[in-house]
Amino acid sequence: MSVDLATVRKIAGLARIATSEAEAEALVPELNNILGWIEQLGEVDTDGVEPLAAVIPNHLRLRDDVVTDGGIRDAVLKNAPQAEHGFFAVPKVIE
Amino acid sequence: MSSYRIQGGTGEWEVVIGLEVHAQVTSESKLFSGAATAFGAEPNTQVSLIDAAMPGMLPVPNKECIRQAVRTGMAINAQINKWSRFDRKNYFYADLPQGYQISQLYHPLVGEGSIEIEPEGAEPKVIGIERIHVEQDAGKLMHDQHPTRSYVDLNRSGVALMEIVSRPDMRSPAEAGAYVKKLRSILRYVGSCDGNMEQGSMRADVNVSVRKPGDAFGTRTETKNVNSIRFVMAAIEYEARRQVDLIEDGGTVVQETRLFDPDKGVTRSMRSKEDAHDYRYFPDPDLLPLELDDAFLEEARASLPELPDAKRKRYEEVLGISAYNADVLTADVETARWFEAMLAEGAQAKAASNWVMSELFGALNRLGKSISESPVSPKQAAELVGLVQDGTLSGSLAKQVFEVMLETGQDAGVIVEERGLKQTSDTGAIEAEIAKVMEANPDKVAEYRGGKDKLFGFFVGQTMRAMAGKANPAVVNDLLKKALDA
Repeated sequence: MSVDLATVRKIAGLARIATSEAEAEALVPELNNILGWIEQLGEVDTDGVEPLAAVIPNHLRLRDDVVTDGGIRDAVLKNAPQAEHGFFAVPKVIE
Repeated sequence: MSSYRIQGGTGEWEVVIGLEVHAQVTSESKLFSGAATAFGAEPNTQVSLIDAAMPGMLPVPNKECIRQAVRTGMAINAQINKWSRFDRKNYFYADLPQGYQISQLYHPLVGEGSIEIEPEGAEPKVIGIERIHVEQDAGKLMHDQHPTRSYVDLNRSGVALMEIVSRPDMRSPAEAGAYVKKLRSILRYVGSCDGNMEQGSMRADVNVSVRKPGDAFGTRTETKNVNSIRFVMAAIEYEARRQVDLIEDGGTVVQETRLFDPDKGVTRSMRSKEDAHDYRYFPDPDLLPLELDDAFLEEARASLPELPDAKRKRYEEVLGISAYNADVLTADVETARWFEAMLAEGAQAKAASNWVMSELFGALNRLGKSISESPVSPKQAAELVGLVQDGTLSGSLAKQVFEVMLETGQDAGVIVEERGLKQTSDTGAIEAEIAKVMEANPDKVAEYRGGKDKLFGFFVGQTMRAMAGKANPAVVNDLLKKALDA
């Protein structure tokens, strides 16, 4: 598996990471190096081995259904670039 | 029954429908945080730092949300997966602070199940359900508060949803309507979702394609977030017609996301970027796999109530209630609960069912109230129906008493006592009135005796009026016959 310049641009776009032309070109061999390194794993015979879901032997803990949080609007809005009337205010997004 | 077909210039077309219903899980707190879920709170007051996706926050699943999804799965006879997992669905939108929705793509909690629907005037049909998975809801955007800004309220962000995905088994708007209705009924019985479509607790994504009968499936479109049964049916009707016209004019249906405009009754394309659906799902590294043990599943199963199909069958077969009444009384859990509370107070099933169907529903309709807001309690209703059963009240007196109950909230027995509305079977009093009526109308008596049978009704009416409507009609009939035929 390898990526070309178009794929790098697409991934950057999906991840909302601004990438200049020069940066994108530099990323192509960098990402391909990483992919190539990981592809070595393909040499291992994994027939009949269940995919690994987690590396720690714990179970997922569940919590009881009680309200223990919220009511902290000022803290939630504190870092917002803009907040008005208790809402986050963002550039208009309408379909 | 004739199949639903769309008439096109090239012949008949069949519509194929699949529904993805999003149902908000009834719970006090959110799926992965301890913030409240109540509807209608001040903006951003029910938001934890987890829901706002602050860095370093870790999600911990709510046991009750998992339990409710499992119970829902059991209610549709679905396979429950003791091992499931949460995945991240990645996309950017202003109502989604995490930049991803935690959902279950690869290993959903609930697998294959089904429900039986009864579309109006058609045979019952089984609709397959492919899966139910648990996921987070997004926040709410408001676009009309400011000229250049959208306002974001994250109160709904992180609330637990069940996405219930049907097979493409429906073939008409009526079937789709019956499916949503039945699903809503089951969810309300189970108590896993309040089914309130106006408040957005339940909404449907509607997948529609068309084909010539017998052909392979056509390309489908998905109309998002339709929030009433009527709109689901209207969206299908419009979308099927649009696709047929498009194909017959030489065009092709594009697989796309559309929106339904309820005011115009049309669907329109959402102008989305072409890669909007590149979600790059992967297992959420913040959450271990969800493993459920047998005790958890057993408790969930044991807690299930009698479901609508079983209840309807029992009403018909054990209680002897008519098929139509049983259907109406069991369709909504609140109605069934009210009716059964009446039975628990000693009301006879058949009489009670008829009374609820005609008198109670009539009154509630007139007052614009739901059954849970009924001014008369099940206990009071049982007493009223009992008074008719034991002959204290005639049907028409019972109607009068019920009206007073609705106005005053008094018990039936008290009203009967205070207003002297008791029906009488006192033969002496009735005979005395009959004698007076006959004396006052010698010509009518002669005509009746001369063969004019129809006049019997006249004598009944006169006697009842003389008795102020309180005489037992059966006794009046009996005594009149005797007196006139003497």
